[in-house]
Amino acid sequence: MSSITYLEAIRLAQEKALADDPRVFLYGQDVGNFGGAFKATKNLAKEFPGRVFDAPLSEDAIIGMAVGAAIEGMRPIVEMQFADFSTCGFNQIVNHAATLYYRTGVPCPIVVRLPSGGTSGGGPFHSQSMEALYAHYPGLVVMTPATVEDAYSMLLEAVALDDPVIFCEHKFLYYHLKSERLPESVLPVGKARLARAGRDATIVTHGAMLHESIAAATELAGDGYEIEIVDLRTVKPLDMDTVLASVARTGRLLCVSEEWPWGGVAAEVIARVTSEGFGLLDVAPQRLNAKDTPVPYHPDLWSVHRPTASAIAEVSRRLLNI
Amino acid sequence: MPTFKEDATVSSSEFIKAYRVMLLARVLEEKLASLYRGGMIKGGVFLGRGQEALSVSVGLHLHKGDIFAPLIRDQAGRMAFGDTILDTLRTYLGSQLGPMRGRDGNIHRGRPREGYYAMISHLGAMIPAVSGALLARRMKGETGIVGATCLGDGGTSTGAFHEGLNAAAVEKLPLVLVVANNQYAYSTPNSRQFACLDLVDKAVGYGVAGHKVDATDLEQCLLTLRKAVKAAREGGGPQLVVGDLLRLVGHGEHDDAHYVDPALKSAPVGRDCLLLAEEKIIAKKWASRAETSAWRHEAEEEVNATVDKVRREPGPKPEEDDWMAYSKSEFAEHYAGA
Ligand SMILES: Cc1ncc(C[n+]2csc(CCOP(=O)(O)OP(=O)(O)O)c2C)c(N)n1
Ligand SMILES: [Mg+2]
Repeated sequence: MSSITYLEAIRLAQEKALADDPRVFLYGQDVGNFGGAFKATKNLAKEFPGRVFDAPLSEDAIIGMAVGAAIEGMRPIVEMQFADFSTCGFNQIVNHAATLYYRTGVPCPIVVRLPSGGTSGGGPFHSQSMEALYAHYPGLVVMTPATVEDAYSMLLEAVALDDPVIFCEHKFLYYHLKSERLPESVLPVGKARLARAGRDATIVTHGAMLHESIAAATELAGDGYEIEIVDLRTVKPLDMDTVLASVARTGRLLCVSEEWPWGGVAAEVIARVTSEGFGLLDVAPQRLNAKDTPVPYHPDLWSVHRPTASAIAEVSRRLLNI
Repeated sequence: MPTFKEDATVSSSEFIKAYRVMLLARVLEEKLASLYRGGMIKGGVFLGRGQEALSVSVGLHLHKGDIFAPLIRDQAGRMAFGDTILDTLRTYLGSQLGPMRGRDGNIHRGRPREGYYAMISHLGAMIPAVSGALLARRMKGETGIVGATCLGDGGTSTGAFHEGLNAAAVEKLPLVLVVANNQYAYSTPNSRQFACLDLVDKAVGYGVAGHKVDATDLEQCLLTLRKAVKAAREGGGPQLVVGDLLRLVGHGEHDDAHYVDPALKSAPVGRDCLLLAEEKIIAKKWASRAETSAWRHEAEEEVNATVDKVRREPGPKPEEDDWMAYSKSEFAEHYAGA
């Protein structure tokens, strides 16, 4: 079997969801015969006639229609062309989809796919990481797969869930992350994964930052330090058990997130570790986020705007007092 | 424009049926206003006085199995679609037994499983939701159904109106979008709301059928909605209905509406559709004044009895709410100190 990219895993998961469940349909800009801006829906319109629709350039209507279809028992998967454009559909996500179950007892099983995060040259409006924004709202499940296997299995789980899911798939991982096979067994939704075992410090991260963190940990291993890495997988719900168990082993915590610092995932993890596990900490917990500016377009600016492996290694050294 | 032949009359029984639902909605809303003044209501009160003829005509032309997403001034349409005095009062008086269990109230009530959608406040948002529901029904192979939703003149200025109506038109969905053009959005007059000559002119821009009606006239409302709903049901695509009328109350019961232009109040658009309908019933000798008074009395008795019942019902208990925004209890976050 030739290797499967993260992007292909997303396509395959949608293909399987369409094949397995007649309630599933796809709706989004250019997702039909064209196969999507990133080709995440390539061939699916042909394979599943009448179930993969091109939508007008109307994010609010796309998500609003998904909500209505979900009330009628369907399982829509909608694609935002870029996560950044979901702000134009924000109202339907946070005020309609997220509130429906609490208000009426009727669940809202929609999946909103957000091609997320920075890539070289993406610039301010094609690079955003919006997981913290959506995680702020009760009623939404927010997934941030960091591996090919998770991209596949978590998307299938997202479709199966009765609650609305914001699926933050990372564009930086689309092409270069590859796997030989698709997973057979998976962790349950809301469970974090120990991506690397260690004893000296814990890095809690998600999405593309997992791979920068692993590179930093490899660098530090050369100096004799063992960094443990927790991949959150879903940022809401947040698996504090796994995080706290790791901090209990290491006593030191660094949170790495690609989104902006103020009120981000890193801030939330640190808030909860300090209030729930203050005694486990040997030193003040640290966080590393993107810089607090819009995402710059020029590759030289962008490559230091987001946390990089070397920046993570540098903060880790400070955390370890070296 | 649809080409089928219309039956351009309204029978006395249809007219009286509509009138009695309007009357019940009016009586119920008058009670809500007095309960509001007495401090008995949980939350706000926004009434549909003067808009009953248009609203009831929407509800009466929908069947079981259709979808209806009413808005703030649709007490009459809601009741015509099957909502009850009991459910209405349970939300306004904050009974735990109401359809929203204290979690959302009043005009936001609904029973989505029964096609009676529960509006969110954000104006225009129900247009794409009903459209998506209709798309789903089509995918499931259901035909001959209609989805209706209502809006105000102000709501036509939202992005959701534009996106929702356009998307429904692209899919040729059986959507009936009814605009109650009551001349104001809260205090904002139409002159500050839109620059087109008539809201119904928007229909052509979206490629949908447009219908215009004097919404103070019950017979015209019934005929127009009959035609629009039939056209949608038979595959004619979205129908935009614009009814002209005047809001005969404040925006909400907290508002004295001092800003309403007196010239509008004395103009034909400012007439009360309920009084006009009653006059017609009397003039046509479909019923006597004594009978219409008896109908009002009957409605008042029923409303008052239901108020007495609901006031004895328990409110929601904070300690019994599961405080769960997710359908899966494993997804509840546990915050220390909370
Ligand atoms: C998107 C949005 N903005 C603002 C409001 C606050 N608001 C509630 S009703 C209203 C006026 C609505 O006017 P119109 O659409 O004409 O309906 P009417 O009240 O006249 O029936 C406003 C501004 C809202 N509910 N939704
Ligand atoms: Mg208005």
